[in-house]
Amino acid sequence: MAETKNKHKIKNPFEGIIEKLFMIFENKIYLYGFFAALVVFLVIFPNTSSRFTQEIMTNLFFYVVVCLGLNIIVGYAGLLHLGYAAFFAVGAYTTGILSSRMGMDFWLTIPFSIVAAVIAGLAIGFPTLRLRGDYLAIVTLGFGEITRLTIRNLDVTGGAIGLIGIQRPEFFGITLNQISHFYYMFFILAILAIIVSYRLENSRMGRAWEYIREDEDAAAAMGINVTTSRLYAFIIGSAFGAVAGSFFAAKMTAISPDSFMFIHSVMFLMAVVLGGMGKIPGVVLGSVLVVLIPEVARGIGPYRLLIFGFLLLIIMLYRPQGIWPEKPTISTDE
Amino acid sequence: MALLQIKDLTLRFGGLCAVNALSLEIEEGSIRSLIGPNGAGKTCVFNCLTGFYKPSDGEMLFQGESLVNKKPHIITYMGMARTFQNLRLFKSMSVLENVMSGMHCRTNAAFFTTAFRTKGQREEEKHIREVAEECLDFVGILNKKHFIASNLPYGDQRKVEWARALATQPKLLLLDEPAAGLNKDEKSRLIDLMHKIRDKREVTIFLIEHDMGLVMKISEKIFVIDYGVKIAEGTAQEVRDNPKVVEAYLGKEEEEETA
Ligand SMILES: Nc1ncnc2c1ncn2[C@@H]1O[C@H](COP(=O)(O)OP(=O)(O)OP(=O)(O)O)[C@@H](O)[C@H]1O
Ligand SMILES: [Mg+2]
Repeated sequence: MAETKNKHKIKNPFEGIIEKLFMIFENKIYLYGFFAALVVFLVIFPNTSSRFTQEIMTNLFFYVVVCLGLNIIVGYAGLLHLGYAAFFAVGAYTTGILSSRMGMDFWLTIPFSIVAAVIAGLAIGFPTLRLRGDYLAIVTLGFGEITRLTIRNLDVTGGAIGLIGIQRPEFFGITLNQISHFYYMFFILAILAIIVSYRLENSRMGRAWEYIREDEDAAAAMGINVTTSRLYAFIIGSAFGAVAGSFFAAKMTAISPDSFMFIHSVMFLMAVVLGGMGKIPGVVLGSVLVVLIPEVARGIGPYRLLIFGFLLLIIMLYRPQGIWPEKPTISTDE
Repeated sequence: MALLQIKDLTLRFGGLCAVNALSLEIEEGSIRSLIGPNGAGKTCVFNCLTGFYKPSDGEMLFQGESLVNKKPHIITYMGMARTFQNLRLFKSMSVLENVMSGMHCRTNAAFFTTAFRTKGQREEEKHIREVAEECLDFVGILNKKHFIASNLPYGDQRKVEWARALATQPKLLLLDEPAAGLNKDEKSRLIDLMHKIRDKREVTIFLIEHDMGLVMKISEKIFVIDYGVKIAEGTAQEVRDNPKVVEAYLGKEEEEETA
């Protein structure tokens, strides 16, 4: 068909490389070998690198977790979310308040942070998701700002200064206080996020999101509750963000409203969109780009946002489905 | 009691009365057709039944339960499945995935069982796949299960839609112009398939069709509507001889028969 051929007309520099990789990794032994080598490399990485590079890698893993969470909402359910940093803030502040003000153990704060995110997700999602998808973008944008202004002005959140003295988590008797500890913690979190995303994607729920994205009416006719399925995605994604926020708070030990600005929501969204919405390797690739480009381009300082803007514009114009290619498909070749 | 009862169903779009005080009954285990000229309101009747349109007036009872104000997914869950006049497949998904959608309302795995991939969840996934494959086998395209839906020839895409509807395990199947765009060969196989669905799966069939020849062959009873009003009902012979029907079609009937 002419349409499908057109789709592949525009090549990008990554595509050739990635297509070659697809061909090599068709052989499962290479694929598993590659993953094993990657994991081994990432595990021994802290022993061979500076604190600075470990910090960057930790930030990368953190981005992978957050962006995979956002991907559930944006990529899987197809809902535009412009205030994801707020859900991240809900988790960070829940842990921050419970830990610094009440002395609660870090691990115990996580269920509270999930519950807080679920409540916030329901409060935002329940009324808006019955309307058309577009409204959610506006409501989440507003929610992001309201949340930031609220935590800035409340006493319990420490106002503009924020919270300090968030306790370090303990793990089998070891207090996590080295950068390498957090490196491993976020590494494990990222792997868990990938596994959960993968399982969701290939499940009854993941398929329901895909059906809805493809054809909402047909999905409804097949017995899928469109509103509830979207709400599920919204809440699961929010909970992902909140858990990442909790770990963020534990790593930083101090948080302030400045960590949860609109620009952060934009960066998360950019990573998802750049790499490819709804595709796990795409989101990982997007996170790598969003975290590493500023580091590589440190020399040009304030102009780096300009580079992002430009990159995003090009991607949106020429490759709205993101850098990562579509999964190869079988066709009848009539 | 009839499986489906429609009483005085009325649907208005502003000044236009697309369905006008329509009453009819569908008995369990039957094959019934709804015919009428273009724009007569046939698809609107289906859209009311399946919850896509909200009727302005009237009552619809399915197994004695009212369908009024019910959402489409609830109606599917109650046991009524449909196909669309213009194919509405999940185009970029595989044939198998398309059909698996039908099992959604018969299964219930949610977040935790999926995240931890519990035994129950894995068994349910397997069950969904098996049912979908069985439905594909039933309509005769199991060998194409891994193809992307939009890459199939038109006739096969129709079969995917049928398999998908069957996967919801319906009691009543609404088919909106199932023979549109099919060739003679495919049409005769379609008739066999409809009988097979009714006899082997015990599914009642209610279809909209333009091809009079096909309608006459398949259904024991036919309802004719024009401008949303029921103008005749009866056997193929009775309907064919009804002057009102002939008038509604203005000789179009003979034209299609010879074609
Ligand atoms: N959503 C809508 N809004 C306004 N008018 C509509 C709508 N849907 C259908 N109609 C009108 O209702 C009338 C009946 O339409 P319907 O689609 O039910 O006809 P049909 O009998 O299925 O015709 P066909 O044989 O062409 O499929 C038409 O005049 C159509 O324009
Ligand atoms: Mg129609």
